Amino acid sequence: MIREVFKQLMKDKFAKAALIVLGIIYLALFFADFLAPYTKDFSDRTMAYVPPSKIFTIDENGKFSKPYTYNYKREFDPDELRIIYKLDRSRKHYIKFFAQGQPYKFLGIIPMKRHLVTTDNDGRLFLLGADINGRDVFSRLLFGGRISMTIGFLALFVLFPIGLLYGGIAGYFGGKVDVIMMRFAEAVMSIPSFYLLIILASILPSGMTSVQRFMLIVIILALIGWAGFARVVRGMVLSVKNQEFVQAAKSIGASRLRIIVKHILPQTTSFVIVAMTLSVPSYILSESGLSFLGLGIQQPDASWGNMLKEAQEYTNIIYRPWLLTPGFLIFVAVLAFNLIGDTIRDVLDPKSKVR
Amino acid sequence: MQILIYILKRILQTIPLLIIVSLISFFIIRLSPVDPLAELKLNPSVSKETLQRETERLGLDKPIIVQYGKWAKSFVKGDLGITSNGEQVSAKLKERIPNTLLLTVIVIFLTWIVGVPLGILAAVKWKTPFDRILTVLTSIGMAIPSFFFAVLLLIFAVKTGWFPVGGLTSSNFLEMSFSQKVMDITRHLILPVTVLFTISLAGLQRQMRANLLDVLDSDYVKFARAKGLSEFKVVFKHALRNAINPMITLLGFEFAGLLSGAALTEYVFQYPGLGRLILEAVLRSDINLVMASLMMGAIMLVAGNLIADILLIITDPRIREAGGRQA
Repeated sequence: MIREVFKQLMKDKFAKAALIVLGIIYLALFFADFLAPYTKDFSDRTMAYVPPSKIFTIDENGKFSKPYTYNYKREFDPDELRIIYKLDRSRKHYIKFFAQGQPYKFLGIIPMKRHLVTTDNDGRLFLLGADINGRDVFSRLLFGGRISMTIGFLALFVLFPIGLLYGGIAGYFGGKVDVIMMRFAEAVMSIPSFYLLIILASILPSGMTSVQRFMLIVIILALIGWAGFARVVRGMVLSVKNQEFVQAAKSIGASRLRIIVKHILPQTTSFVIVAMTLSVPSYILSESGLSFLGLGIQQPDASWGNMLKEAQEYTNIIYRPWLLTPGFLIFVAVLAFNLIGDTIRDVLDPKSKVR
Repeated sequence: MQILIYILKRILQTIPLLIIVSLISFFIIRLSPVDPLAELKLNPSVSKETLQRETERLGLDKPIIVQYGKWAKSFVKGDLGITSNGEQVSAKLKERIPNTLLLTVIVIFLTWIVGVPLGILAAVKWKTPFDRILTVLTSIGMAIPSFFFAVLLLIFAVKTGWFPVGGLTSSNFLEMSFSQKVMDITRHLILPVTVLFTISLAGLQRQMRANLLDVLDSDYVKFARAKGLSEFKVVFKHALRNAINPMITLLGFEFAGLLSGAALTEYVFQYPGLGRLILEAVLRSDINLVMASLMMGAIMLVAGNLIADILLIITDPRIREAGGRQA
């Protein structure tokens, strides 16, 4: 089945492009430490809000040169009453490939110093400019992406077993159990999900480590979505629970939990796969929305949502458009997931014609 | 008559639902390690007596189940307590809920007017370039994060100066004549409506298209075609009526989605709605306000679903005859 799905994905032009884009994104996130010129926490306060570095390949005499860049100088412009950034042309900083830079631990274990691109120690290579703390936006995009692009998947891995089991039990047992369980699920669904999300996020105690916070946000995201999923699963269980194979299992004395888990729930596999791929984007969006409001991933950790927090100020979005790049990445990632999800649905659920 | 009984039953069903909602919300909020009156205690303009009254009203010295009882009793009576600024919660809600309703109702209206015809067109022209282009466009619409789109529109508004930035009314609103007031509100609504419209249009258009495609595949439509009816008649007289019913169920979901989506949009545009209210309340840990707006959100959502269900009974004779079983 997986091979069939993959074949169809490669046949569809859009889905193929989406797969490639996501592949590139995830590869880049995997090698983030190496690809990023700086570490996540590297900051140079004198470089707050500097624009993207300009890279020159032709020097002042009009000759080709090794690529180099200039640092920015901050100056106060008395006419416009704002800080302007000028290139400090007194010193060239050559761009170096595979050179030693900030030390890091590759994959969290192997200590390394080499980066794909970097420049000398006094030079600053900010490919997408810097944020308010003088941190490299490009590097933080890569590290933030690690959080933004995995948190949705993790939430799904928490949510789906819960929803499957809940819906399975309610549907199989039926009667009072079903009524009570479904009333509870309906009640959870009756709270506008984003309201619930921000309330759950706001009661998280402060002073947690970033790993704890990350895990709790995963759980909160999972708490939002399980109910709707459980309800659909219940409906599917209701439609198969009286079929012969279930009765056969019953007659050989299988326990009820075994019947649910081993015989009934596997019937929902293709629905689960479709639902999962189609809901990844909504979790990416939820996390970024939450972090955008300052309730999700907290500084100094980066996520695409909390990087966009700075875009809430007019001055930032008008004078420092590079701060908006995380938004475009969210857009691209969500679009790619949607396109893939649509194609997978077409393959696994040929009756639906949403595309 | 049967319809009326069903509707009544359906309305009564929402009561236990809302009770469970309130229990869930209450326990989530109360089990958090936040002192519900912390903000109130810090506010120097709130007197000791008010504090005392709030402690008693909430029963904070009693076990949590008693607290819930007290809260539920005063909620039913319409006493929602005071915010951390000492204002009445109910007054605050009365001011904000109509704004959110205005926003969502306009968006739903617009998405239906545009989305349903686009869905029909895409289904009729299935697999033509027109259909493909629409699919690409809706994919894009679905993928834009609402808050990011809102931020982009804000830049646009600031740069061009064509639209007012933030709020629902201008500062000189009270001095305007009636028609000026309408114009003013419209101008303020354009940007938030655009954001929510773009996001919810895609889902609606796709659903309509899928429904109609399903119906167009059915035997009775084939029969109608075989009979030699014009394609126009087949689509609009026979297929459409069946394809539109599931859309009404979707109306309830759409309302729910909009309430959630509106929160971020309201926040970015500084729009005085329920979503922004709850957000501000959450950030200030203003427990009374959070609890009350959470309940109001849930009530609006349940009411939206209820209206959709009732509409469905009216439009779909099959459900009417089954006594509403299918709904």
